[in-house]
Amino acid sequence: MKPSSFEYHEARTVQQAVEMLAKVCADDGRILAGGQTLVPAMAMRLARPSHLVDINRIPELAVLTVHSDHLSIGACVRHAAFHEPVVDGPLGHLLSIVVRHIAHLPIRMRGTFCGSLANADAASEWCLVAVTLNAHIHMRSIRGERSLRASEFFLGYMSTAMEPDEMLVATHLPLLPEGTHFGFEEYSRRAGDFAQAMSLVSFELRNGVMFDVRVGVGAVEGAARRLAEAEAVLESQIPCLECFARAADAAAQAIEPSEPGDEERQYKRELVRTVVLRALQKTITAV
Amino acid sequence: MNPRDIVLRINGAEYPIRVQPRRTLVDAIRDDCGQTGTHIGCEHGVCGACTVLLDGAPVRSCLMFAVQAEGCEVRTVEGLACAGQLNHLQQSFVEHHALQCGFCTPGFLMLATGLLEQNRDISNEDLLDALSSNLCRCTGYKNILAAVEAARNALAVEPSA
Repeated sequence: MKPSSFEYHEARTVQQAVEMLAKVCADDGRILAGGQTLVPAMAMRLARPSHLVDINRIPELAVLTVHSDHLSIGACVRHAAFHEPVVDGPLGHLLSIVVRHIAHLPIRMRGTFCGSLANADAASEWCLVAVTLNAHIHMRSIRGERSLRASEFFLGYMSTAMEPDEMLVATHLPLLPEGTHFGFEEYSRRAGDFAQAMSLVSFELRNGVMFDVRVGVGAVEGAARRLAEAEAVLESQIPCLECFARAADAAAQAIEPSEPGDEERQYKRELVRTVVLRALQKTITAV
Repeated sequence: MNPRDIVLRINGAEYPIRVQPRRTLVDAIRDDCGQTGTHIGCEHGVCGACTVLLDGAPVRSCLMFAVQAEGCEVRTVEGLACAGQLNHLQQSFVEHHALQCGFCTPGFLMLATGLLEQNRDISNEDLLDALSSNLCRCTGYKNILAAVEAARNALAVEPSA
């Protein structure tokens, strides 16, 4: 249970980090941020990178900034930063609720928001948040900068559109308008364990009817995604338990669980129905 | 794979050591610095036996490399007792029979120390949630929780430092 040998490179600026990464990426060089997934994978020799570029001592990456229309989360902002709302309004509140489902407290002290996105685990809460709230993910390499919407960034199970020489430098989450209703529900077998299924939903109310409805589901397919079928059931409707139940049914039908067996797939569909329904119910009760 | 010369600061003392980059912080604390109070359990972040305070935050010392801790203030179980006297929290563990084999105890003590320093009014619910991150194979959780709750209650009647 000891990591194999690697060369350690400590970057002090983003420019330095991408230059180091460009040199070592062909040799399975990786970025080391919080390390709460990478280091255990190295201990079990599932990952054996020959080079690590440590970005923990780059001050500009540890910064959260609130802009007029979005929250910018630097690559080294830890999960624990979200324990208290980081911005007024629904977004800060939502993040402070979701963060409590991520692993355990000591892991949240080191692990990072952007690292979770780069790792792209199907059961990652932040990946579900990024997809449902339409985050923009900013990457940099010595070739330049680019950004992708979360829906374009995640390609499938632990796979993203990032090139080996690119590092994720920041994620921009659009601020949610005042009065946005949201609900999050996760089912896992033990406190702090991986989600078996989870759902994040949000909508605004205009003249008593729901609009801009988002229904995201994670931990069931290779990557989290929004379910247009469930959203369509709710759009322009007055919130009610009956239509919530129909949307949960639509979600359970639309999902394609990645499990091999029929029983497991059916079980996952039932879980999806339950977490979507509960997430929707939470939108109209105090969350 | 070149070894590096670093200085680890543990409980206020400096340890100049030479380590491979792959050396985890917990291995460096124990084997290079000789501070064996911190225990190694699962070595992949699940059990919490190796929990130490890094600049005040409870972290798994098996999930970071020693080279990353240079310049940080590391606190381990050796730093809790003062002049041979157990501190408040340790005494509370004794009184509530919060350890049986004792293997998990250093991790629980450092986790609880970090929690109580960050919020001395932490609720029972939040304590339970946070303490659930560490494993006790003797399954003495109830007494561990009781010991930390009692230590918190005793802190509450003392004036803030």
